[in-house]
Amino acid sequence: MTATLNTQTTLRDETEDAAPRRSFYASNESTIIGTISVVAFLFFWEYAVAAKWVNALFTSSPLRIITAGTAMVKEGTIWQDLATSGIEFGLGFGLATIIGVPLGILMGWYRRLNAVLEPFVNALYATPRIALLPLIVIWFGIDLGSKVAIVFLSTVFPILVNTMVGIRTVERDFIKVARSFGASDRQLFMTVALPSTVPFLLTGLRLGLGHALIGIVVGEMYGATSGIGYMMAVAGATFQTDRVMVGIIIIAASGMIMTQMLKMIEMRFEKWRVDSRS
Amino acid sequence: MSIAPTPKMQARGLRIGFYNERIKKRLNVLDGIDLSVAEGELVCIVGPSGCGKSTFLGAVDGLTRIDGGDVLIDGHAVTAPGPDRAMVFQHDSLFPWRTVLQNVVYGIEIQNSMSKADMNDRGRQLVELVGLKGFEDHFPHELSGGMRQRVNIARALAPDPELLLLDEPFAALDAQTREFMQVELLKILNRAKKTALFITHQIDEAIFLSNRVAVFSARPAKVKEIVEIDLPKERSLALKHEPRFRDLQAYIWRLIEEESARTGLVTAS
Repeated sequence: MTATLNTQTTLRDETEDAAPRRSFYASNESTIIGTISVVAFLFFWEYAVAAKWVNALFTSSPLRIITAGTAMVKEGTIWQDLATSGIEFGLGFGLATIIGVPLGILMGWYRRLNAVLEPFVNALYATPRIALLPLIVIWFGIDLGSKVAIVFLSTVFPILVNTMVGIRTVERDFIKVARSFGASDRQLFMTVALPSTVPFLLTGLRLGLGHALIGIVVGEMYGATSGIGYMMAVAGATFQTDRVMVGIIIIAASGMIMTQMLKMIEMRFEKWRVDSRS
Repeated sequence: MSIAPTPKMQARGLRIGFYNERIKKRLNVLDGIDLSVAEGELVCIVGPSGCGKSTFLGAVDGLTRIDGGDVLIDGHAVTAPGPDRAMVFQHDSLFPWRTVLQNVVYGIEIQNSMSKADMNDRGRQLVELVGLKGFEDHFPHELSGGMRQRVNIARALAPDPELLLLDEPFAALDAQTREFMQVELLKILNRAKKTALFITHQIDEAIFLSNRVAVFSARPAKVKEIVEIDLPKERSLALKHEPRFRDLQAYIWRLIEEESARTGLVTAS
């Protein structure tokens, strides 16, 4: 019994050591350095324009971007563009999840279904879906439909493929344990395959997110009547660099915010994973 | 240790072979294993590496298909895994997404043999039995190797199997932890009053734990010899330094050496 007591004390000690009290700077060092470097860059950018090292017509500048942004908010068109792009993204990404996850699970679980669908999935996954845009516009027009379709196609494959791989790569030892306790196929699926697939599925969603943003921007630039990508295309064609920059910032920010949200969901689901504990 | 009239587990002429894709030939792994384990007994199986010990255990558990002969549990032939047996695997294979308690009750959950409240009570009892009280809500990655192996044992014991099958459960542990775990295992098995079949590569581990040690021959495996371990029933680590213990160790080592040499010759020709 002494052995037990010893191991327990050691573990407790280690847990306490892992969270020592550190100064504010020490525990936020990388955030602080990162912030300083971004601020320094913005100042440099603004100064380079003011000192006429570069032409603001091409490079814009932080202050000009802010001015353009406020003007766009006052005009009110920005809200319409945001709503259009948001709806396209939501519908496309939502549909891709609703269809990609179950289909990925089925393809991972049933080898025959996989054999039927895999050639198509592989071919489409390997093709840049943007290449399908002309076809999609012919089918769905230049309104909402074509953008939902391109977002859906961009997103569904990473989600599907990752889910499928997750189901297929369930550790053999786990399967043996479940079988040894007499688990049925259904139980094996529910208690082993599904939970061990969650990390793969979330990776798929995160990859899909990036593809979805590309799909929206390119789709709207190709043919649309409103949306952030459309706004950027128009501003670019009329040499309004400041407005193009506003669009870029909106896209970048929404990408970062959504990736962060997914990361938080991942932490919630993967608190059992060593590497996700901060 | 005399063998009771109806053994808990009895293998009769057990034969298992696998088809080898590479050499396009059927290889016999087990070539007529005869072995019986009495109620309450702990029998260890040792033998040269790759001789089919794990295959044998898999057959007793009902995971591996049998080609000839049979395995009887309380006189009934094994065809599939059942709640009367439970396996402790070499790699602890704890589900990383389940807490200690959730891992321990996994078998009960699968066999759906208790209400949820009873299941959790039973789980807590077992966590305590293996000396991990207070760690119920920890995740496996927060535990040391020795602790994880305790959870693994608790998980196997939870559905109250009559026969515990242990496949080199301590192989991945460091030497010190392994010795402590051997003592712990004997205590746990005594308290839980289980029959056990234990595979190991460590001869001292086999002698220390068992009533009898079955030495398997090289592949295709048969039982080469069954060595009665005539050591006192109460085992402590000091026993490992007794002359009798060393004699047994040397004796069993010679048996395995003979077998390993034999395979060496077979491969050479």
